[in-house]
Amino acid sequence: MVNSKAQSNIKKAEVINLTFAYTDKNVINSISMPIFQNNITALIGPSGCGKTTLLRCFNRMHDLYGDVRYNGEIKLYPDNINILGREIDPIEVRMKIGMVFQKPNPFPKSIYENISYGLKIRGIKKKSYLDDKVEDSLKKAGLWNEVSDRLHKSAGALSGGQQQRVCIARALATEPDLLLLDEPTSALDPIGAAHIEELVTELKKTVTILMVTHNLHQAARTADYTAFMYLGDLIEFGESSQIFTNPKEQKTENYITGRFG
Amino acid sequence: MNQLGETSQMKQRIESLKRQDSYFWILGLMTLVFVLVILLSLIIDMALSGWTRISLDFFLSFPSRFPEKAGILSAWVGSLCVVFVTAMISIPLGVASGIYLEEYSKKNIWTKIIEINILNLAGIPSITYGLMALGIFVYQFRLGQSILTAGLTLGLLVLPIIIVTTREAIRTIPSHIREASYSLGATRWQTIWNHILPYSSGGILTGVVIALSRAIGETAPLITVGALTFIAFLPTPPVLAVPPFVSAGWLLDPYTVMPIQMFNWVSRPQEQFHVNAAATGLVLLAMTLILNAAAIFVRYRFRKKYKW
Amino acid sequence: MKPNDVSTTFSRPESFKRRFREFKELTIKSILFICAASSVLITFGVVWTLLSEAWPFFKEVSLLNFLFDNEWTPLFENPQYGILNLVSGTFLTTIIALIVAIPMGTITAVFLSEYASNSAREILKPILELLAAVPTVVYGYFALLFVTPLLQKIFSDLSSFNALSAGLVMGIMIIPYISSLSEDAMRAVPLHLREGSLALGASKLQTSFKVIVPAAFSGIASAYILGISRALGETMVVAIAAGLQPKISLNPLESAQTLTAYIVQVSQGDLPQGSVGYRTIYVCGVVLLLFTFIFNLIGARIKSKMEIKYK
Repeated sequence: MVNSKAQSNIKKAEVINLTFAYTDKNVINSISMPIFQNNITALIGPSGCGKTTLLRCFNRMHDLYGDVRYNGEIKLYPDNINILGREIDPIEVRMKIGMVFQKPNPFPKSIYENISYGLKIRGIKKKSYLDDKVEDSLKKAGLWNEVSDRLHKSAGALSGGQQQRVCIARALATEPDLLLLDEPTSALDPIGAAHIEELVTELKKTVTILMVTHNLHQAARTADYTAFMYLGDLIEFGESSQIFTNPKEQKTENYITGRFG
Repeated sequence: MNQLGETSQMKQRIESLKRQDSYFWILGLMTLVFVLVILLSLIIDMALSGWTRISLDFFLSFPSRFPEKAGILSAWVGSLCVVFVTAMISIPLGVASGIYLEEYSKKNIWTKIIEINILNLAGIPSITYGLMALGIFVYQFRLGQSILTAGLTLGLLVLPIIIVTTREAIRTIPSHIREASYSLGATRWQTIWNHILPYSSGGILTGVVIALSRAIGETAPLITVGALTFIAFLPTPPVLAVPPFVSAGWLLDPYTVMPIQMFNWVSRPQEQFHVNAAATGLVLLAMTLILNAAAIFVRYRFRKKYKW
Repeated sequence: MKPNDVSTTFSRPESFKRRFREFKELTIKSILFICAASSVLITFGVVWTLLSEAWPFFKEVSLLNFLFDNEWTPLFENPQYGILNLVSGTFLTTIIALIVAIPMGTITAVFLSEYASNSAREILKPILELLAAVPTVVYGYFALLFVTPLLQKIFSDLSSFNALSAGLVMGIMIIPYISSLSEDAMRAVPLHLREGSLALGASKLQTSFKVIVPAAFSGIASAYILGISRALGETMVVAIAAGLQPKISLNPLESAQTLTAYIVQVSQGDLPQGSVGYRTIYVCGVVLLLFTFIFNLIGARIKSKMEIKYK
């Protein structure tokens, strides 16, 4: 099923002429695109096209791996600040922009500790507040009923789909402006994946979502907007309904119809 | 005709290869059995010689001119004090170095120098540490032939062990756990304190136990820095009955340790002292066994807890 | 509500909160760096002490005397400083040890890596580790009071302090170092190399020695180098069992004194700091370090040559 109507036209973030290179090789070539508030934007494209690299620019993950230089901007609204700026602290960027990874990676601690971690490192210690936040996040992640009686047991004992939802709850606990999902269902079984997709569709009401996926059907099903990337270039961006039924670029069409992958 | 000939030749060859294989298997097994036999004969020989001397008296007596009266009281107390100082030096330095090298350092020339250096240190003969400590700690720093010197010497000796095991323990932590922590806005130190250290503590502990086990058995460097062999007194007690209730005077006291006591006794011509040496050897062996078993146990428990 | 929750705006670089956080992180990083760099200080300490204490020795004793004097008697009335007497002892015991340790260590490593089952390995490895953990003074006792009497039954003219017992026991002691590192290196060889060889019809033995060992050569060479260093630097076994008579001789049935045993002998005595006698222990230390260094270098050269050959 294809989303037929975008929910709003307010921009939450915007990529402006972003170029990013790993050791002299451009991985992202001058990309510009909007990210609309309370919408799901999907990044699709074949392996190596740079979609994950682009995603990880949003929360400055590349900064962890050496001195990187970003050319261009990613602006966050309504702050209207370029989060790639050198004077901006990546720590603060990551406090406003959350991420869920491809392989569910809960900490080997209890569910409670997992979810409260983001708040604890901000210095929040009040137990009642943390308790409320943990419950709230688990409810948003649709996991509260299943785990409310075992919050202090290890998160590792859960199933893959449940672990991923813990990770989502963990990211939501800090009330991020933007949630980045890096192929959130590719490591899950079909049922777990379906639950996550449902959840993501619900979540967009409260948070803006940018999602990388290699599953075209998933993008068509859940995303409001889709961006197709190829070898570091943004080939096409538009409403999913348009991209998947009537792509403007030949390359897009070739990819969607499976002529290459 | 030709084909049959070739086949039987091949068969012969395969048979001889198989035989070679089994010969080697036997050789390998025999080698291991031989090594085992040696180890056992060592233990049994010492047990047979020294068992008679093992008694509470043995542990509570000072060394003496009379072998039947001599005991290892000053020796094991000395060992305890020295190992304590060794731990206090090597653990913080070693773990901190390991953390820096794994979490902070970039792949530049300085890091390479540090890494090569640590490898080098592992290959230096242990007595060389004693020579260095003699010049620097005993004379230059005026620490004298004291427990503190001994602890510093052994602390530096086992430092590479702790650094290497810390690094290996940290390396087992997968990068996606780190990324999860960072993605929530944690600083580097927060990630290390909340995740890296707790998850690697098992491996680090294993390394610590192994390092201390080594330290208890070390003899040569301590002889060089002047551990005495006839000590008929204990170091000043660390706890006092009067304020300030704790004293660090024991750090500068002369001392002896168990391996040195054993060395002293085995070097004497009288057989009765050899019995004492055997008894001390048994105590040392028992400690080594217990510590190694503890290390294996810790490794096992933590491997179960953190299955990546 | 939200107490001291996430800020809704980004802080400026000059803000107090940010400055404090960055300061804290930098402090921690610096402390950790100093700890790591201290290991370099240790090496400096060792080299500096040894050289500075040994150097004045050569002002009083000529190099010729040092190399060519007949005897090593620095503590006697007419001191002689022929270092070869001690070097001979070190080499003799080391060679005996390596004759034992290298073949047995390698065979053990191949056996454990290629032939033994997983459960056998689980039991045998800890036993080998135990062998390495036994204090050297215990090995010394064993060499003097068990091995020597035993060998005297075979070699009737074996003196009670001799290089053979010490060397043999040292060899046994070093086996775990060689076997453990070699085995790690062999097990790291990728499975497909083994399978390729076996699929061509080679026996396990052929595979082990013609494919695995060359592939793991770098690790095995490191293991051998470690074994050599260990043997050169071993002190207690030789101090207890090999004797205190330095001489230039390759006869293992006689007593011999190594560089390390000499250092122990002098340390137990009471030599005034700064005297020539005192400095001799540092000179021995320098010679020891030199040999260790040379062997490490040789090993590294051989390693890089073999790597080129087998890559």
